[in-house]
This record gives sequence, C-alpha cells and structure tokens, in this order.
Amino acid sequence: MSGLIPEFDFQRVVISPWTADLGAFGWIMLMGFLVAAACGLVGNYLLLRRLALMGDAVSHSVLPGLVIAFLLSQSRGTGAMFAGALIAGVLSTVIIEFIHTKTRVKQDAAMGIAFTTLFAIGVVLTSLYASRIDLDADCVLFGEIAYVPLEPAVEVRGVALAPAPVLRMGAVLLGVVVLIAAFYKELLVSSFDAGLARSLGLSPALAHYALMAVLSIVVVSAFESVGAILVIAMLILPGSTAMLLTTRLPRVHLLSVLHAALSAVLGTHLGLWLECSIGAAMVVAGTGLFGLAWLLSPRDGLLHRLLGAMPATAPAHAAGPAGGHTGPESAARQ
Amino acid sequence: MKTRRISVLVFLLGVATTAQAARVGDVTGIDWTDQAARFLSLRDPAVRHAVAGAVLMGVCCGVLGAFVVVRKMALVGDALSHAVLPGVALGFLWNLEKDPLAIFIGATLAGLLGTAVVRALTATTRIKEDAALGLVLASFFAVGACLVTMIQRLPAGNKSGVDKFLFGQAAAIGPEDLRLMGLVTVLVLGLLALAFKELLVASFDRGFAQSGGLPVRWVDRGLMLLLAFTVVIALQAVGAVLVSAMLITPAAAAYLLTDKFHRMLWLAAIFGVAAGVLGAFISFIGPNLPTGPFMVIAASGIFTGAFFLSPRYGVVARWWRQRDRSARTRRENTLKAIYRVAEEDEFSRDGVTFMQLAQRRKETVAEARVQVRELVRHGLATSNGDTAYFTPEGRRRAAEIVRNHRLWELYLTNTANIASDHVHEDAEKIEHVLGEDVVRELERRLNYAERDPHGRRIPSAADIHRHGGRSGEAGAEQR
Repeated sequence: MSGLIPEFDFQRVVISPWTADLGAFGWIMLMGFLVAAACGLVGNYLLLRRLALMGDAVSHSVLPGLVIAFLLSQSRGTGAMFAGALIAGVLSTVIIEFIHTKTRVKQDAAMGIAFTTLFAIGVVLTSLYASRIDLDADCVLFGEIAYVPLEPAVEVRGVALAPAPVLRMGAVLLGVVVLIAAFYKELLVSSFDAGLARSLGLSPALAHYALMAVLSIVVVSAFESVGAILVIAMLILPGSTAMLLTTRLPRVHLLSVLHAALSAVLGTHLGLWLECSIGAAMVVAGTGLFGLAWLLSPRDGLLHRLLGAMPATAPAHAAGPAGGHTGPESAARQ
Repeated sequence: MKTRRISVLVFLLGVATTAQAARVGDVTGIDWTDQAARFLSLRDPAVRHAVAGAVLMGVCCGVLGAFVVVRKMALVGDALSHAVLPGVALGFLWNLEKDPLAIFIGATLAGLLGTAVVRALTATTRIKEDAALGLVLASFFAVGACLVTMIQRLPAGNKSGVDKFLFGQAAAIGPEDLRLMGLVTVLVLGLLALAFKELLVASFDRGFAQSGGLPVRWVDRGLMLLLAFTVVIALQAVGAVLVSAMLITPAAAAYLLTDKFHRMLWLAAIFGVAAGVLGAFISFIGPNLPTGPFMVIAASGIFTGAFFLSPRYGVVARWWRQRDRSARTRRENTLKAIYRVAEEDEFSRDGVTFMQLAQRRKETVAEARVQVRELVRHGLATSNGDTAYFTPEGRRRAAEIVRNHRLWELYLTNTANIASDHVHEDAEKIEHVLGEDVVRELERRLNYAERDPHGRRIPSAADIHRHGGRSGEAGAEQR
C-alpha cells in the first residue's frame, strides 16, 4: 500500500517539467491541451444537440477503421488513418440508423450494439496483429500521451519543428476553429432551432453528418494520446464545465478552451506525482475542475443551493430561454 | 410450453458439450485443434471453470438485459459498466491480491456511486441525462485507469491480472470467483422471481404502478442494484469495457423474436449463454486472445441472425411481406380494371378481352396478358387465350374492391367535404386495406347509399355474396 502513492517531491513534480524536462513535458502538455481543446470545441455542439453519447459511439467505432487502415497501408500515415476513421465513424452512424429504423430496437440499444461490436472487432484485430501495428489493448483504452515526445519530429529545412502527432493535432484544432468561425451562424441555428434552420435553407441532416465527420477526425487524431474512452471525457467535460458557468455560446467556447489548458497542465503534474497514465490524470484533473464548477457555479452550484437562494432562482432559469442545453428535439433525434 | 422447455434443455446440453474455454494467455504455440479438443472434452478444470463462468454470466446478463432493453436503459448499462473500474482497483488494493469478494464490493459501490452521481447531476444542474452519463462513464473510468496504472507499477500489481478486468479473461476465473458468481446468479434470479410482477408493472406501465401504490422508485433502485451485481460478476469474463454489450445485444436479439416478455427472458438468457460459451471457446483456441471481444462478436452474430431472419420483425420477413402485399395490390387492381370494363357493358358479356383490358389500363396487350396470367395462377380468373373470365371468387373480390373504393370516395366527399374530383387517389390506396368491419361501419354511416360521387353504382353486400365464394384472400390476410 505504501508504495502506491509516491512521495510528493516538489522539485520533480512541479519544477522540473517547466525547467530541465521542458523538452519532453512541454510537448506532452501542449498535446494534452490541443486534444482537449479540439475535442471540447466539437463536444460543445454535441452537448447542445444532445448527442453526447454519439461521441461515445464514434470513439469506439473508429478503432477497427484505424487498425484496418494501418494493416492495409502498412504505415501510420495521416491520410490512411483519417480515411479509416472517417469510414468507420460514418459506418457506425449508418448501422445505428439501419438497426433502429428497420426494426423495433430503439436507438439507445442500437447504438450500444453497433459500437460495442465495432470496438470488439477492433480489439480482436489489435490483439491478432499487435506486432504489426504497434498498438496494444491498453493503449486502445488509455492512449499513451507520454510517448508523444519520442515520436520522430517533423523537420522543415533541417530544423526540427515538433513531433508529428503534435503537429497533426495542432492542424486539426486549427481546422476545427476555422470551421466553427466560418459556419458559426449555421451551426448555432441548426443546433437550437432545426425548424428555423430548414426554413433558411440549411439542411439539418447535412449539418449532422458534417459534425459526425469532424468528430471522427478529431477523435482519431486524439486516439493515440488518450485512447477510446478517455476521449469521451475530453469531448464532454470542457463543455459541461463551461455550461455550468455561463449560458452564452461564445463564452462557453472560451471557457472550454481554458478548461482544456488547465486540465492539461494540472493533469501532467498529477500524473507525474502519482506516476500513473498521464492521459487519465488529465481527465481526472478535468473532472476535478468540473467538480469545482458544480460546487461553485453561480446558477446551478451546490453551494448556491445550500445557501438557500434556490427558491428564488430555480423557476427563473428552469423557464428561461437562455439555456445552452435547450437544443431542439429534432436535432437530438437525428 | 413443454416442448419449448425440452428444446431449451437440449440446446443447453448441446452448448455444454460444444463448450469449454480457458488459459488463453498462458499457452502459446499450441496447435489450435489440440486446444479445441481440450476445450470440448472439458477435462481441464480451468476449462470447466471458464465454461461455468460464461454460463452464469450469460444467464444474468441476458435476463437483466431484457429489462435494460425494454426500459431503454442501454446507455445506463454502458455508463455503469465503465464506472465500476475504480472500484475494481480499490478492491484489489484492499489486500493487494485478487480477492473476489473485495473486488465485488468495491466495484458494486463504485457502480452505485456512478448512478447516484448521474441522478444528482441531472437533478441539480441543467446537464442532460446523456451528457451526465457520458461524464460519469469517462471520468470514473479515468480514475480507474489512474489507479490501474499505479497498481501495475507495484511489485505485487504486475502479476495481479488487474488489467484482465478491462477486456476479460475467462481462463482466469477460479473456483472462488465461481462461487461468488453462482451466489449472485441465485440472488438475481431469486429476486426476479419474487418481484417479477412488480418489476413488470414498473417497467411497462409506470402510471398504473404508481396509482397502485407500488414504490416505483424503490423498484428502480432494486433493479439498478441487481444490474450493478451483474456487471460486476461479468467483469472477469467480458471485461469492463464490453459488459454493456452482453447486457444489450442478446436481449435485443430476443426482443426481435418474440412479443411475450417471459419468452424474451428465456431467449435472452439462452443467447447470453451461447455468446458467452462461444466467445470463451474461440479465445481458448488461439494464444493471447482476449475473451470479452469474442463474446461480444458472438452475441452480435446472434443479433445479426435475428435481425435478418426473425419471422416477424426480421428484415427478410418484412421485405417478403412487403413484396407479397404489393403483388396482391397489383392483382386487385387488375380485378378492378376487369370489373370496370364489364360494368361499362352492364355485365352483358361473359368475359373481358385482353384488348379491352389493355385499353382500360392504357397498357400493351402483352402486359394485360401477364396480369391475367397472374390472376389465373391465384384462381381469380380463367382465360382462353384472349379473353379473361372471372371465377366466382374473382368476381367477389373484384366487387369488394370496387365497393371499398366507391364507399371511401363517398365517405370523403360526404363527411370530410373533400371535392369529388380529389378523392380518387386516396381511395386507390385505401381500397386494399379496408377490413370487413370498417366497410360495414361505412355502409351504415352512409345510409347504405347506392351511388358513388361520380354516379356509379356501389356493389352491395348482396351483389358480392350472390357471386358466391368463401372468405376472400384479403379478409384472411388482414386478420
């Protein structure tokens, strides 16, 4: 028992990641931030559309696509990886739709069947061809963010720029930000009012599938670092925390990026101290931040309720239109 | 009833003889036929334990999964199964060995804590249930992942097999695990049998249950407790990541096969056992194969079978019925066309030539000939090469269809005030599906009218029965 929690060595845990070991931990923290920020921004729209569990489904389903792409292309090239993940992600949504429209099995069960099956196939392939794809079963679940600094760096004109996964994740985050900025109004309208969106000539189905495609890309580029299950936390935690604190969408985006940065840094320290999986520690740190927000939120906070201000405010925000969560039913059903 | 019981027994015996699993990770480089023979002979105690474990797991997961599926709790099951991981790790830390009881208690507590957090989140914040489930699933799992990686760092942890709880290893099931699994299975089945009626009412008609004074919330909590127990005993065989599949998939396959809930329970248990044993078998014959994913794939195979082949809800059966229905609609439209031609001649001639039929339907004579051949095949008409004659049955059916069409047109114009030139399309569709009872009611409401909105005569019941015949094909199929 005594060896379980290592002694808290201030120098090792807090100082050295920022000084002597910055070369390694800098990349880890940056990668953690990029993953959590990209996931968090996409996740905000999942939350608004009540599709939180679609993130669960897609993150499990991309595994077989990823493994098959590795096996076919014999490489870990970005193109093959994205293609495999996109196909698997879209396939999972199609299977879910197929099962629940063709039979009387409801959507939740259809989802459960589809993604567990795809994930099981992925795990079996992983254990059969483990030597050829350098993924192992544990990595599939937790990822290995600690290996990021060890990846070969991408060089531009002889200057080592950054490890390949960090660059790729950075590009994905940039892509997500650009997409959100470009289609901000469309996403907003189609998330909150599918009827209005349709009358403006926006196709809710198109928005849905585009979101799923972006989700697949984000999830697959985060896969190596945080695995299939922790990525769900990366998708849901930043937005949920932010939505406890504010109801304006731009502020929700800002706060979720802040949450991503804090959980990446705090998680790295936590992981260093406990000598456990750093990816998991980042999620634990993010969960801690969520817990704080739940406790202290000005509107929904537990403290706020305990202090007895509840009766006055509860009806007001229960009925208020401001909520970030009042996504249109039709979007949720898609 | 009796035959079904017997067939279940035979099935279970068959499973028992085809089944055995174990020691996947330990044996390497062994010929798979030897492994299969070892498994099938059940000689090895490890194999016997693995099979017994898979059977108990399959029964519990199948039976409780039936409730999960009909109550639309699939995602609750998923969250619960991930949330037990920190409890498994803490149970292991209790005395640094794989003590089944400590792990059982830790995992159950963690699972229940997870569901409590979901409830608290949805009650006190505006976070919706799906997000709350995802939050609990992933953050509990992260805490568990931290603990598991910390345990693996310990000298005792390395060989603990705590990582086997992620993807399952049926071969690692020992006699002590088995005793616990047996106990839980007895508990689950016993409580289900005792409170079956209450659970049924609370699952299918909550309003009625509440008005009957049933403590629905306590029934729900009891079900949640049983679900947590089941997830925990399934961990060793299937692993935390995929337990939810063993809850959902066998039960969903059963759901496609029957409408009776008690039959669904039986089928789900059988499918759960079959998937469990098959998965254990496959993972046994190759080196280093995790058990859980194979069990899940076996269950998905069963589901796929039910999905396509279920007699009532299967895709093939639906497709077949649809084909059947559209063929009948085509026949009835031909009958109607022949009737209309004959009606224009005021039924003065016996038959209708193919030429007349083709002109009526604006088609070629060849097409008309094919359609009449179809009628002949179903005993609705006879033909002498260029003229079609109704059989008594065909005449009766034709008059019925025309009556349905005209009655509906009249009903729409009289009662729904739709212009008489707009009612034809609708009547074209409904004429094929109106049942005898509806027709009687329509006739009564329309005062047994004799003419439709276009002034054509509506064949009366007397007209139809004069042409004789037993109950028609449509009548039989609608019931």
